[in-house]
Amino acid sequence: MNPVDLKYNKEHEYAKVEGNIITFGITDHAQKSLGDVVFVELPDVGATVTVGKSYGTVESVKAVSDISASVSGKVVEVNTSVMDTPDLLNSDPYGEGWLIKVEAEDLAPLESMMSVEEYETLLAQEEH
Amino acid sequence: MNELKRTPLYEEHLANKAKLIDFGGWEMPVQYVGVIDEHHAVRTKAGLFDVSHMGEIEVRGQDALEFIQMLITNDVSKLEDGRILYSPMCYPSGGIVDDLLVYRYNSQRFLIVVNASNADKDYAWILKQTDSFNVNVENVSDQYAQLALQGPLAETVLQRITELNLSQIKYYSFTHGNIDGISCLISRTGYTGEDGFEIYVTPDHSRQLWRKILEVGALEGVQPIGLGARDTLRFEARLPLYGNELGAEISPLEAGLGIFVKLDKVNFIGKEVILAQKEQGVPRKLVGLEMIERGIARSHYPLQKDGQEIGFVTSGSFSPTLNKNIALGLIKADLAIQGQILDVMIRGKAVKARIVPSLFYKREDQLKPKESSVVADKVLSSIA
Repeated sequence: MNPVDLKYNKEHEYAKVEGNIITFGITDHAQKSLGDVVFVELPDVGATVTVGKSYGTVESVKAVSDISASVSGKVVEVNTSVMDTPDLLNSDPYGEGWLIKVEAEDLAPLESMMSVEEYETLLAQEEH
Repeated sequence: MNELKRTPLYEEHLANKAKLIDFGGWEMPVQYVGVIDEHHAVRTKAGLFDVSHMGEIEVRGQDALEFIQMLITNDVSKLEDGRILYSPMCYPSGGIVDDLLVYRYNSQRFLIVVNASNADKDYAWILKQTDSFNVNVENVSDQYAQLALQGPLAETVLQRITELNLSQIKYYSFTHGNIDGISCLISRTGYTGEDGFEIYVTPDHSRQLWRKILEVGALEGVQPIGLGARDTLRFEARLPLYGNELGAEISPLEAGLGIFVKLDKVNFIGKEVILAQKEQGVPRKLVGLEMIERGIARSHYPLQKDGQEIGFVTSGSFSPTLNKNIALGLIKADLAIQGQILDVMIRGKAVKARIVPSLFYKREDQLKPKESSVVADKVLSSIA
């Protein structure tokens, strides 16, 4: 169920790589842990994000969660649908629930992210 | 870390695939299927809560009535047998030890029901006040499991498994009887803004009762409800939560609970300070807030006006019933004016909110007017 063509990190965020355009989102596990998502705060198009730093927040009824950038770069597209309909993150985290697209300055940080196999091993360990 | 306490219904929560969290030292279900779904279930049908973590303290003895009268801010002297009273319990400073329910069996026997996270503190506090009174105070929390069935269909569902005439149990009253053959204390009370019952039962019978209620309510869609929805439900109905709207540094007048403080009583702990506050004016007031700009105000976020800090958010959330982001805030009394706009400081950013009536939700099918429900309605509408 976790797509094979994505990169994952320990914070349960994913990055989809299409040339130097990287799509950020949160994983299915992340949306399940958060519960009903009711608010999403994202940067504007043209803003810059920095690898490892927070670029917005995802809030469920009970929790506020920072989301961090997998690469540094300029925001080229923002999914405004999730700002109006936050539950898209619950219903379709890998599809309509994507968050922002970033034009990467440097693709190197993606190399330290996990493959789907590695990510699923991590999930299995976390469940212990 | 201390080991978390578990209620006798723990296994049922696992079976229902609950997400469990640490709540005041208890391992409790925060949600089963999802907070919003569970919230709507209680508002439109009925939901079953495990509230066995609540504390129960029994007060018995010749002076029981006088003792409780001194202990709490509300007036227990007019309470009849089989009736229930809501009240803050204060420190001499006027700050709140806890808010609680007093169940009167008779003038020499009362059951006090307190918040789970405060139960040990409350018991120690109550015990310390007994000096000159002929009373016996006992923490009987372990002797009770507590289930709450809340929602418009609560009576219909529960009536199927009891010979008691539930329509006879008035708001803020209780009785003893059998449900599914199990001996229970049943009270028409709750913490959701809906009609419903709280059922006290011995721990070893609680699982049978839990399962039976879900079984006979299955047709209507009665489902288990976690603490997440319990919080959004109580918050919409402006029912205060200790640690949020209430605390040792907040007086009941500030929290908008003035109707539960009877300053004409001869004496009670905290009276002097609260009386002075009443005469000089309350420094802070609890107000309702509705977000104008995008954002969710959360507990303890600062509130500002023209760059000056004027208070803080006590509770804030997305409201499933209103489909809006709302909050309760404790702010300087002179600024507590309907329609005023102020800033909620969300992670350093000022986000605009408007002061609105704080009773965000009131159910339409109120019970027939009765003394206690009139009082309850009055408090619910007496706060700005």
